[in-house]
Amino acid sequence: MNGQKICISVRSVNLFYETFQALKDINLDITENEITAFIGPSGCGKTSLLKCFNRMNDLIEGCRVTGEITVEGVDIYKSADVISLRREVGMVFQKPNVFPMSIYDNVAFGPRTHGVSKRSDLDAVVSESLKSAGVWEEVKDNLNKSALSISGGQQQRVCIARALAVQPKILLMDEPTSALDPISTGKIEELCEELKKQYTIVIVTHNMQQATRMSDKTAFFMLGEMLEFGETEQVFSRPRNQKCENYITGRFG
Amino acid sequence: MISARKRRVSVKYSVLKGLSYVCAGLTVAALIAIITFILVRGIAHVNLNFVFGEYKTKTPTVYPALVGTLYLVAMSVAIAAPIGVATAVFLTEYAKKGKLVNVIRVAVETLSSIPSIVYGLFGYIVFVAGGVKWGYTLLGGGITLAIMVLPTILRAAEESLLAVPSVYREGSLALGAGKVRTIFAVMLPNAAGGIVSAVILAMGRVISESAVLILTIGMVVTDVPKGLMSPGTSLALDVYYFGTAGKSEEAAAAGVVLITLVVALNLLASWLGKLLKKGKA
Repeated sequence: MNGQKICISVRSVNLFYETFQALKDINLDITENEITAFIGPSGCGKTSLLKCFNRMNDLIEGCRVTGEITVEGVDIYKSADVISLRREVGMVFQKPNVFPMSIYDNVAFGPRTHGVSKRSDLDAVVSESLKSAGVWEEVKDNLNKSALSISGGQQQRVCIARALAVQPKILLMDEPTSALDPISTGKIEELCEELKKQYTIVIVTHNMQQATRMSDKTAFFMLGEMLEFGETEQVFSRPRNQKCENYITGRFG
Repeated sequence: MISARKRRVSVKYSVLKGLSYVCAGLTVAALIAIITFILVRGIAHVNLNFVFGEYKTKTPTVYPALVGTLYLVAMSVAIAAPIGVATAVFLTEYAKKGKLVNVIRVAVETLSSIPSIVYGLFGYIVFVAGGVKWGYTLLGGGITLAIMVLPTILRAAEESLLAVPSVYREGSLALGAGKVRTIFAVMLPNAAGGIVSAVILAMGRVISESAVLILTIGMVVTDVPKGLMSPGTSLALDVYYFGTAGKSEEAAAAGVVLITLVVALNLLASWLGKLLKKGKA
């Protein structure tokens, strides 16, 4: 945690779906090379906020964001360049969403999109990304097999590799282990520990233990408001907010 | 009382079940009857010369019709498939829900329920007698057929695109891919199975169509067409021609060739559809 450089900064952000306000006046700073966890009951707005960081909310008709979000110093809602934003900010989804093509083509999809076409360059990116995602040993002999033929946990790590292949700075993870068994979950948590040396990670999770195991900082959301934000250790041992304490001790949510 | 009610329900159930069996049986029986009838009357007359030989008055052949049919199929698919798929992409990926989309949908629905003779009349007015005044041509018939099968292809392509899981689209966009790249690299390949089967089924409709062609291509059964601008005939028209000319054996034989082609295309459609789906699983 040297440097403590701010990577994403969120200022007075409100988010509306048509007339429903899903986020209310959110302010927070996400530090470089840390894992920040978003927790809170379903429908509290944590995924909505996560999807602001790479503007995936743009796909939802009637979604409107006010306030200011800067990623690496750039106001992402003022700058029109969504594509370069999404190169900087990779995303891993709730369910593994490998494309129905070979493992190799999945990982090469991003680099190909951004103009890499030389076979040797692609080979290098693919193997490096799969190694970083900790799945190389398991798939290296089957790179031309359909990505749908491997297990869910492996698929999710291929998805991580696919995101890494674009060489982002930030990795957003939307409940990346909710569809996986405990062993696969453990692998992905360990992987994140490793990845945070190079990447800034923001993860949405419903699993309290996961947040305590993995994250450096934790933000607690409820009904569109961020009620607590701080060092994970402090949030879980001495929460300042009563509702947050109730939630993490399992009294509701 | 309860048991009486139960009995009434079970009687009702058996009657309905029996009825549905009878209906299913009738459908299959009708199909078998028609095919058997055509086969029995026509198969003896089908031989290499009948299919590929030169047309002579004493030994009429369907070769001109076969060539004409191929022209028509190629043309109508070449025109309708790109337009249909492009429109489906527009409707599913670009258009915002609203008036324009609704207008297009209603137009497509309407187009698909217009009787084919009306398309034929349209083709006659636009290409043959009025409009561009080409006279009877394969091109005029092909364009008219393309308009006729366009709704079929468009709707199937739209359904197939809508059936592609949206997580694929999101995954692609999240990697920084633009809309065009997402459509060509992710959406269309995944919808290809449905689109290909739809195109092949449309070919089947073109092959079996007669009303449109009577009014647009001139039914010249004797000569192999020299190009798009010459008049011609099709297999379905030959059946009509032979039938009305008192050559009922030739009519049945042309029917056999026609049915074989349609069945082969349907098999190809389901095989290709399955193959493309399997490639993904």
